Amino acid sequence: MKQYDIVIIGGGPAGLAAAVSAKKNGIDRILILERDEELGGILNQCIHNGFGLHTFQEELTGPEYAGRFIEQVKELDIAYKLNTMVMDISREKVVTAMNREDGLFDVQAKAVILAMGCRERAKGALNIPGFRPAGIYSAGTAQRLVNMEGYMPGREVVILGSGDIGLIMARRMTLEGAKVKVVAELMPYSGGLKRNIVQCLDDYGIPLKLSHTVIDIRGKERMEGITLAEVDERGKPVPGTEEFYSCDTLLLSVGLIPENEISEKMGVEMNRATSGPKVNESLETNIKGVFACGNVLHVHDLVDFVSEEAAAAGKNAASYVKKERPEEGNGREIRLNPENGIRYTVPVMINTARMDEKLTVRFRVDGVYKYCYVSAYFDEERVIHRRRQVMAPGEMEEMKLTREQLLQYPELKTITVKVEEE
Amino acid sequence: MEEKNLTCINCPIGCSLTIRMEGEQVIKVSGNTCKRGEIYARKEVTNPTRIVTSTVKVVNGKSDMVSVKTKEDIPKGKIFDCVRALKNVQVEAPVRIGDVIVKDIADTGVKVVATKNVELSRKNT
Amino acid sequence: MYDVIVIGAGVSGAAAARELSRYKARICVIEKEEDVCCGTSKANSAIVHAGYDAVPGSLKAKLNVRGNQMMGELAKDLDFLFKRNGSLVICTEEEELPALQELYERGQINGVKDLRILSREETLAMEPNVTDCVCAALYAPTAGIICPFELNIALAENACTNGVEFRFDTEVEKIIKSEKGYELHTNKGIFRTKYVVNAAGVYADELHNMVSEKKIHITPRRGDYCLLDKAAGNHVGRTVFALPGKFGKGILVTPTVHGNLLVGPTAIDVGDKEGINTSRAGLEQVMEKAGLNVKNLPMRQVITSFAGLRAHEEQGDFLIGEVEDAKRFIDCAGIESPGIASCPAIGEMVAQIVRDKMKLEEKNNFISTRKGIRRPADLSKEERNELIRKEPAYGSIVCRCEMITEGEIIDAVRRPLGAKSLDGIKRRTRAGMGRCQSGFCSPRVMEILARERDVSMFDITKSGGKSQIVVGINKDAL
Repeated sequence: MKQYDIVIIGGGPAGLAAAVSAKKNGIDRILILERDEELGGILNQCIHNGFGLHTFQEELTGPEYAGRFIEQVKELDIAYKLNTMVMDISREKVVTAMNREDGLFDVQAKAVILAMGCRERAKGALNIPGFRPAGIYSAGTAQRLVNMEGYMPGREVVILGSGDIGLIMARRMTLEGAKVKVVAELMPYSGGLKRNIVQCLDDYGIPLKLSHTVIDIRGKERMEGITLAEVDERGKPVPGTEEFYSCDTLLLSVGLIPENEISEKMGVEMNRATSGPKVNESLETNIKGVFACGNVLHVHDLVDFVSEEAAAAGKNAASYVKKERPEEGNGREIRLNPENGIRYTVPVMINTARMDEKLTVRFRVDGVYKYCYVSAYFDEERVIHRRRQVMAPGEMEEMKLTREQLLQYPELKTITVKVEEE
Repeated sequence: MEEKNLTCINCPIGCSLTIRMEGEQVIKVSGNTCKRGEIYARKEVTNPTRIVTSTVKVVNGKSDMVSVKTKEDIPKGKIFDCVRALKNVQVEAPVRIGDVIVKDIADTGVKVVATKNVELSRKNT
Repeated sequence: MYDVIVIGAGVSGAAAARELSRYKARICVIEKEEDVCCGTSKANSAIVHAGYDAVPGSLKAKLNVRGNQMMGELAKDLDFLFKRNGSLVICTEEEELPALQELYERGQINGVKDLRILSREETLAMEPNVTDCVCAALYAPTAGIICPFELNIALAENACTNGVEFRFDTEVEKIIKSEKGYELHTNKGIFRTKYVVNAAGVYADELHNMVSEKKIHITPRRGDYCLLDKAAGNHVGRTVFALPGKFGKGILVTPTVHGNLLVGPTAIDVGDKEGINTSRAGLEQVMEKAGLNVKNLPMRQVITSFAGLRAHEEQGDFLIGEVEDAKRFIDCAGIESPGIASCPAIGEMVAQIVRDKMKLEEKNNFISTRKGIRRPADLSKEERNELIRKEPAYGSIVCRCEMITEGEIIDAVRRPLGAKSLDGIKRRTRAGMGRCQSGFCSPRVMEILARERDVSMFDITKSGGKSQIVVGINKDAL
């Protein structure tokens, strides 16, 4: 069986950045396993611009952003296998994968970095009543067809869900000659970035209907239309608000789900709020030497933060392999507790001996909050209290903690993060 | 006197901006909560521009399409002229990121460049 | 001139055709859709009922019990999945115990083996997720689960291998009695035959009424279902029924042979014979009622919902036999539940009727077995690697959720009556049937289909007809 120091599952933005960082931190035997026919992951189909402002201080398109990392991987001579599906990972870190050339094969890793990304929520999960004709696509499937293969999935389009991919696809479909009639969003707010609402919808006069959903799908072979209705606070359609739209295409942008089937099978403990693994300050799961980063850990909105997080995972995996990490016992374990308006935090646990000088805690809120505060309570004491003009579930938030700060509280057990009015 | 309304895109607040105009002149921007809002509003009402991204066909490539973008912003009003001008453009593989696909798109003086590498298809190597 | 034309390539038609293919005869199956298993057969509970439910003496009772007995052997011969997981009918009210007892007694009369009434404790020990309100249950160990697509496809493929012709996208518009038999006028021309087997599902009444004065009437009875992720597949091990009511067997909760959990159906009579659209009320009813017999159902794990139409004939029983005033026209109509369980016996019965009338002779070269699509996931590592060395396409995963390889998809296209559409691939291989519901794999499957069938991407459909997936190329409308 071939031996590697670090095996990285997935060659998208997270896997690439993790590999580059691990290599730069002194690890040579790295292998990236990628299921698609090229590196870069979902960025290859995100041909719009707006990537890389944080990482490269310029606005790149998805493939250009991926290209920068792919170049580094090649320059650093990091090994990768394409068209290779990881089938299984054992707790002992034997990775079983398959491709056409090698067949089913095993590699032994000292550390594993999970970087499988996420998938889109499918129509089925929404339980939309009506027929099931051709013409219903997840926004990402349509994005692949249009951007990579050059095929139009339809001519008259309704989009359900205002996640960023849905908004981006509204513009893409319009620019390729389709008529996008409306974007409907179940929630009273959009899950997408403000900039995308303005530049993808407003620029082209595409209406966004908040608190609306699709309640019927018509057409037996190809879609012929859908009915939209307004929903009440509990998400139930309001009778009398039904409106029919004739269309041949319904795109769904209704959420992303981390792809953790392999992680769960190997016994990685999951966080219900993120559908990703529970990780500590090193982005390490409950299985020692198994790290996670990017959208498989929690769904991000900016790839720059994926790269940043993945670089940290790569560095931490490198110190794990080199056995350079401080003993856990030299530090204390502090639990992070999301409360009152905060859906989750990444990480969920901090070991003070192993954390860097500075640690970024990422989180999301569960609704729109205006003119409020984000607070961190160190046990009973409020230590961080930051005013925020607005926070929305669609935009990931972060908070920096320093090691020095934590060491000032020798009895500290729990840091509670919450939204407060004052 | 004329009034225009915009949503600011600089941050998640998304301030509703009101711009009072006298002909082409901006008289006053209101509704913004920071300076960036005013700068955005002035640009957006006098000279709105966008980067346009799209795809063009590739011949003999590993993939049939290559993604492209305008190298710089072009006037917002020229977006559709730009994509229409790309309709029948076709390039030969291999294509490299940054390769110029169109020298001057829709009389804007702006280049269209490739944003992805496309290798020669195996059939042709 | 054909000896027999079977109208309809659902489970009944396919079973009849396969049984008929044992004999020396020229046989054709005509199907209005692009593939087999496109009507009632594709959307149902996929249950091989034990046979205690049907009225003693009815065809339903007789054929269900016989079909159930035949299914094990047939599954081996034709290489499809079948699991005798057993079923429970849950009784939650003391005053309904007599009704449960009656079911038990019916079962005895119908000849169902090993039926038992379980106490509350026995039931909960067997199925801990059954409602705490349970007071007793009828346990039928012979009940089973099946994949209806596989069953239908296996029957049809085997019939095809034994010389039966299949004509798809062919819809019968008019039937004219002729001296020697019948002329079937279709959108694809006229077909002449000595005998007709009418296995047209919800349309069987229309065809029957074209040739007979004794009209029959089939009401499509819609059932809405929800399918849950495999993560929920172990919620129950046996099929859990409510006590039957006026509209059938109520909402059931069952594992599927592929490890998902299926919940449904409702029972709503509809006018439209193509009305397979789910309704909000129906789906809500499924969610509500399923919870009555099984607790803690993880309904958040729904991956898809769908509806099927039962072909309910107003006399309430299967109608199988030669039509009195239309000689040589054999009805196989009103095949609603327990149609899946009964289909092996239905096929046998129909074939015997035709054989006896036509005095058909048995072939000596009938091939009774068929190999299904090879499932690499069932192979050992060594076998799998051997296979990949010979055929590298088996090393390439196309559907990530169900782990289906390109090799399996190619097989599905190339075999007899091969897949032509995305749904055809899905029903044969399960590619696209998983939790992402084909989001990732559909562009890849389209490519493979286009390449294998040598057609353009614009000819690839979801399920035939006008169900194209892509309609043009970028900017063509600008």
